[in-house]
Amino acid sequence: MFGLCALAGALVVVTLVDVVYQLFVNAQPAISKFGFGFVTHTEWKPGFHEEAAGALIYGTVVSSLIAIVLATPLGIAIGLFLSMMAPVRVRAVVGPLVEMLAAVPSIIYGFWGLVVLVPFVDKLEPGLHSALGFIPVFGTPSPIGISFFAAGLVLTVMILPIISALTRDLFLTVPSELKDGAAALGATQWEIIRGIVLPTTVSGISAAVVLGLGRALGEAIAVSFVIGSVTRIQTSWFAPGATLASLIANQFTAPVNPLHLAAMFYAGLLLVIIGMFTSLAARAIAGRFDVTQRVI
Amino acid sequence: MSALSEPSPYEGMPFDPTAPLTPSGNLRRRAAVSRFVQIAATAAAAFAIVVLVIVCVGVATRGAAALSVGFVVGNPQGLASGGIFNSLLGTLELVVFGALIALPLGVMTGLYLTEFAGPRSRTASLLKTALDVMAGLPTIVVGLFVYGLIVIPQHKESGFAGGIALAIVMLPLMARSSQEVLLLVPNNLREAADALGVSRWRTVLTVILPAAVGGILTGAILATARAAGETAPLLICNSLFNPDQTGLNLFHGVPSVSMFIYTSFDLPLTEAVTRAWGAAFVLMVLILIANVAARLLLARSRAKMAR
Repeated sequence: MFGLCALAGALVVVTLVDVVYQLFVNAQPAISKFGFGFVTHTEWKPGFHEEAAGALIYGTVVSSLIAIVLATPLGIAIGLFLSMMAPVRVRAVVGPLVEMLAAVPSIIYGFWGLVVLVPFVDKLEPGLHSALGFIPVFGTPSPIGISFFAAGLVLTVMILPIISALTRDLFLTVPSELKDGAAALGATQWEIIRGIVLPTTVSGISAAVVLGLGRALGEAIAVSFVIGSVTRIQTSWFAPGATLASLIANQFTAPVNPLHLAAMFYAGLLLVIIGMFTSLAARAIAGRFDVTQRVI
Repeated sequence: MSALSEPSPYEGMPFDPTAPLTPSGNLRRRAAVSRFVQIAATAAAAFAIVVLVIVCVGVATRGAAALSVGFVVGNPQGLASGGIFNSLLGTLELVVFGALIALPLGVMTGLYLTEFAGPRSRTASLLKTALDVMAGLPTIVVGLFVYGLIVIPQHKESGFAGGIALAIVMLPLMARSSQEVLLLVPNNLREAADALGVSRWRTVLTVILPAAVGGILTGAILATARAAGETAPLLICNSLFNPDQTGLNLFHGVPSVSMFIYTSFDLPLTEAVTRAWGAAFVLMVLILIANVAARLLLARSRAKMAR
């Protein structure tokens, strides 16, 4: 029994190593042709044996940053609401409902994003452009709304339940003596949050945000529906683009030539490295908190 | 005591100890800030629920046009008519195949972490890290991995490869939930078995697993529901099949609901898009039902174990 269980554990580790190995082997043609320049150059022209992921990395980072900037305050606020403010009966209903957002499959988010959210973004863009156009990221509105911004919004909805569920659990671990002590000294609820709850859980909150970021960076299907397939670096958030994962989802089924396939495996390898880095970073930051991705 | 000789903080102030305590000045501002934060947090929670409602209603209203009994229990006829029964069966086949691989492995990994490895074990912490990293792998990368591991050597995409990919998606989730449930099994049970001289493997099989089986199964349902909605690994490993085929041979392409949505949506036919919405609605309803059911079961088995 011990042997079997140890074997199962070993299989997990071996699988993980094999993931890196398989991607590396299949990416080999692209790695030997492009080397490290794959990361720094931006041209993605499969027909001309010219592939580089610079623009894809840019798109991945921009769309995920939009999502993190929007989802972090919202998620923490929901976590606070569910752990400290809402009456118990409200918690029991609202908590699971928010977690349901994580249960909706990414294909449905993509599909919904394209048909419902993208037209909405299309209407939103001119307003944002005229109000905040002096900031370069709020550039000229795109013709149909397919954009980094739309991808960022879809990703926001997808990582919001992760951040809010994790931070709620963190806030519940704050010892009530500390909170009661502050309340006895006359602190208001916001002062308790600001002075006690947030400082004691800051490492766990950061870890939760990093986990959400990891999910956003690797999301393929939902993003591929709403971001388009333009592999160029563009300052404006209202321009269409592509991410590492969305490009693989868009082009994998119809590779132009073997090198194109290898380049997509190379992009996958970059995604693995990013994914491992975020998971390990979350573990390292979390410290004493047990922040792990759960089945939600 | 020299308290009376110290200068009173209220000296020189018009302080009336009999006046009712009402917030004034600074305190009023502090209370207002706190109130504002409470309203903002409530609004954030309301926003999340509104988004959930918008998504659900958006899918439901558009899906309703395609929905009928025949849509769920009928097979497709051509590209734009008929039902999605073959895709539903295919998804079921893929997730059951994946779960048959992932569940035993996940439970055994959980058992290793809770029952066999010591609390300071290096191997256990390595394994936990590995599970975290595995849970953090983008699912499209899992698809690429299985493509390299199975599809390229076999020279064909298959439901087998897709099922393996789904198993890899489910495994860390199942290991995690089993571990959580196993940690809830009271230590008295282990100690009682130890005191009777029962060997560890018999304790695990006859005492610990029966106590934890409810929780493990609900965790498995949640992970399976997650896998049922996955598209990226299937797009990579199991996308080549005839959309109206009814055969479900695991070693050829197997139709699935998520791939049905993905491909129908690309077709230049209004009916196809309507059917994609219908399929999305059916998929979402099934996944949400599985989630609600699993949650209710989980709450019950947790309460049972806490007693």
